Amino acid sequence: MKRIGVFVCHCGINIAGTVDVERVAREAEKMPGVAFAMDYIYMCSEPGQLLVREKIKEEKLDAVIIAACSPNLHESTFRAAAEEAGLNPWQCEIANIREQCSWIHSDRKKATEKAIKIVGTIVGKIRLNESLEPISVSITKKALVIGGGIAGIQAALDIADSGYPVILVEKDSSIGGHMAQLSETFPTLDCSQCILTPKMVAVGKHPNITLMTYSEIEEVSGYVGNFKVKIRRKATSVNWSTCTGCGLCTEKCPAKVPSEFDRGLTTRGAIYVPFPQAVPNKPVIDRDNCIYYKTGKCKLCEKVCEIGAIDFDQEDLIIEEEIGAIITATGYETLPIADLPHYGAGEVPDVIDGLAFERILSASGPTTGEVRRPSDGMIPKEVVFVQCAGSRDPERFKPYCSKICCMYTTKHALLYKHRVHDGQPYVFYIDIRTGGKGYEEFYHNAEEEEGIVYLRGKVAKIFRDGDKTVVWGTDTLTGRNIEIAADLVVLATAIVPTESTAELANKLRIQTGPNGFLSEAHPKLRPVECINAGFFIAGVGQGPKDIPETVAQASGAACKVISLFSRDHLEQDPTVAWVDEDLCSGCRTCISVCPYDAREYDEEKEIVTVNEALCEGCGSCVAACSCGATQQRNLSDSQIKSMVTASLGGE
Amino acid sequence: MYKKLGLDPPCSPPILLDRTKVRGEFGLQVDELSGQHLYACYQCGNCSSGCPLAQEMDILPSRIIRLAQLGQKEEIIRSNTIWICASCFQCTVRCPKGIDIQAVMDTLRQIALDEGVDHFGPDQIDSKHAAEVPQPGLVGVYRKLST
Ligand SMILES: Cc1cc2nc3c(=O)[nH]c(=O)nc-3n(C[C@H](O)[C@H](O)[C@H](O)COP(=O)(O)OP(=O)(O)OC[C@H]3O[C@@H](n4cnc5c(N)ncnc54)[C@H](O)[C@@H]3O)c2cc1C
Ligand code: SF4
Ligand code: SF4
Ligand code: SF4
Ligand code: SF4
Repeated sequence: MKRIGVFVCHCGINIAGTVDVERVAREAEKMPGVAFAMDYIYMCSEPGQLLVREKIKEEKLDAVIIAACSPNLHESTFRAAAEEAGLNPWQCEIANIREQCSWIHSDRKKATEKAIKIVGTIVGKIRLNESLEPISVSITKKALVIGGGIAGIQAALDIADSGYPVILVEKDSSIGGHMAQLSETFPTLDCSQCILTPKMVAVGKHPNITLMTYSEIEEVSGYVGNFKVKIRRKATSVNWSTCTGCGLCTEKCPAKVPSEFDRGLTTRGAIYVPFPQAVPNKPVIDRDNCIYYKTGKCKLCEKVCEIGAIDFDQEDLIIEEEIGAIITATGYETLPIADLPHYGAGEVPDVIDGLAFERILSASGPTTGEVRRPSDGMIPKEVVFVQCAGSRDPERFKPYCSKICCMYTTKHALLYKHRVHDGQPYVFYIDIRTGGKGYEEFYHNAEEEEGIVYLRGKVAKIFRDGDKTVVWGTDTLTGRNIEIAADLVVLATAIVPTESTAELANKLRIQTGPNGFLSEAHPKLRPVECINAGFFIAGVGQGPKDIPETVAQASGAACKVISLFSRDHLEQDPTVAWVDEDLCSGCRTCISVCPYDAREYDEEKEIVTVNEALCEGCGSCVAACSCGATQQRNLSDSQIKSMVTASLGGE
Repeated sequence: MYKKLGLDPPCSPPILLDRTKVRGEFGLQVDELSGQHLYACYQCGNCSSGCPLAQEMDILPSRIIRLAQLGQKEEIIRSNTIWICASCFQCTVRCPKGIDIQAVMDTLRQIALDEGVDHFGPDQIDSKHAAEVPQPGLVGVYRKLST
């Protein structure tokens, strides 16, 4: 029989405060197979690990159990210690007597009994543990980045700069995302496009980056290091390899479509480039709005294009790629004003959202940076900014804080004031949230030096009266309601995840949270990883954040990918399912229950096999197999039986 | 209508705000006479929480500053706060934005006096209480009248 050692940790008072650890060690000593047991204050400390190593040798132990915290925390620590002392790492197991015992109980006697049983189950299990080797899988060292906003751009550049190939997939015809629409950026007021376009150009020119714009993810299969991805390259109706980007077609197109880039403040043609600095700077035909596709007549663009790049018959292309890691950086949209009935539901003229105001402020915008209101081009003298429009409203809209609007509203009010010196900006707010380097100072300056009037309270109603837009709000600081007959109203509408996020997350099999943002594996310690290995997230798709934070997160995600690619093989936990070929009837029940597509039917042998790289060891197939052919390594039926027996107090 | 119903006129009428009020004559006058900058106040309330006479005031000092920011001269002049204020400087030393609130109070009293509004004088303290009034309070009262 194996000689088993049991080490019971006090974890300071975390365990010892509730569990009589000495007694647990004494009882463990009596369990069949246990040759040695002791307790110690901090097993994970360097001296604690040394104890494990020494005792393995002195007591000639074949297996060790550390009764301590969750295996999530220190399993690898103790397996490494066991390995150093000459044991196979799978001869070391953790008995979780903290999260599953001391932390959740207060009765010392009962908690101690329970801890003894927990140790007993692991003794029952480890007696039958096999020595295993990690499963080694190869890695395709090529990354996929989905979304070409600043998050995707930064991540792609970082990975490409470290020498690995990257495919950057963007659904629109140009990369840049929302940052391309912004005028100047808080808190330093540097021109957004001036700092963004060099990065866009770098992406376009980088030898390691394959840029696929006007493209979307069709299908993803496989597993970390070995994904297979199908990308749909939507028909642009323009042959980009011959198009010189001269712009003749876009000038001549007679169709008039509200420009998405200018938030509907200008129009574009059906064939268009979204903005002058677009990368790539090639047009696409928006078939829904093209006169030719709608009526069969026009083709003006074809006539003016001297090199014949227009191709009305172009079809979508499906491109297949092998990929090692995937970063999702799909960004955000803002809540449509149409969803806010009390703010006019988009029907009241001169009530616009923050992104529209960015376009108005932008030197490259519809008014070349002059502040003019949309309805009649008047220079507004009374401008009301409404914060938390749809945010922080759990009853009717979004429960969360959109995080960036306090800062960008102050920026808006400030930039407005810089352009219209005799104008008065007012800001309605619930709280002003300016956590960030230099942010509070930015706000103080706006309030103190620039005469921006902050009014503490929500706006209840906005309506039109003649050529004025009347705002009914309140100021809880004076305790009085406020009425302003404004010339222009700018709403800081809630940040919401891009519409396609849920569908894409489904395809990737990654999680989203209650508000639709992408979920990280751990809110503090694994903020750029998804639960599923090989998937990473960055940018506002994960939650509202500003540019500095987005860039930091994108570089973090890139770094994770680079660290993955720095290895030649990935080691995976070998405690996966396996099949006894003699027992398998080929019924395929396991295929239908496996959530990870790890089971495959072998036509030749007429049995079902396990793809060890895909198997997450969840055990669904083991439970489902009526022939007892499928077993899980180190969790065999006999091990489970002896664990159950121990937990019921037997031996 | 209020009279018909036997009610007082509304005590919290909405402030109809426009740029002539927020940066109008009154605010500028207060800034100029007090040498302070009203818009530096971010309404933390520290002046009110430290004011030893706050419980006697109908409007807290921080709200007085707020009303001044929004050009609400009438309401300030009608309030008892500026007269209750003992010019003790507690608020001034506490203000995180370095505003001399006491100086603003002085200014507001001066503006009120110019408008012919007077609420309080040392002669109003009856002899019974005069002995109990703290000295800084009395000094404050005289100081108020000297502005
Ligand atoms: C009005 C306003 C003003 C702002 N001002 C500032 C400021 O002054 N300073 C500051 O730091 N921050 C500011 N921000 C915040 C800033 O815009 C964001 O932090 C930043 O743009 C986030 O970048 P991103 O790449 O995560 O998202 P996005 O810019 O939204 O990029 C996402 C990209 O992914 C693409 N995409 C989406 N779904 C898919 C899909 N399924 N497949 C392929 N591609 C997809 C989109 O087309 C887009 O190009 C402001 C925000 C607003 C609304
Ligand atoms: S064919 Fe379509 S894209 Fe070309 S010019 Fe006519 S409307 Fe524009
Ligand atoms: S950042 Fe400010 S404006 Fe935006 S939701 Fe949060 S509190 Fe409201
Ligand atoms: S100076 Fe006036 S307002 Fe300021 S703390 Fe003293 S009594 Fe209060
Ligand atoms: S302490 Fe200063 S900043 Fe705070 S409310 Fe009073 S005057 Fe304003």
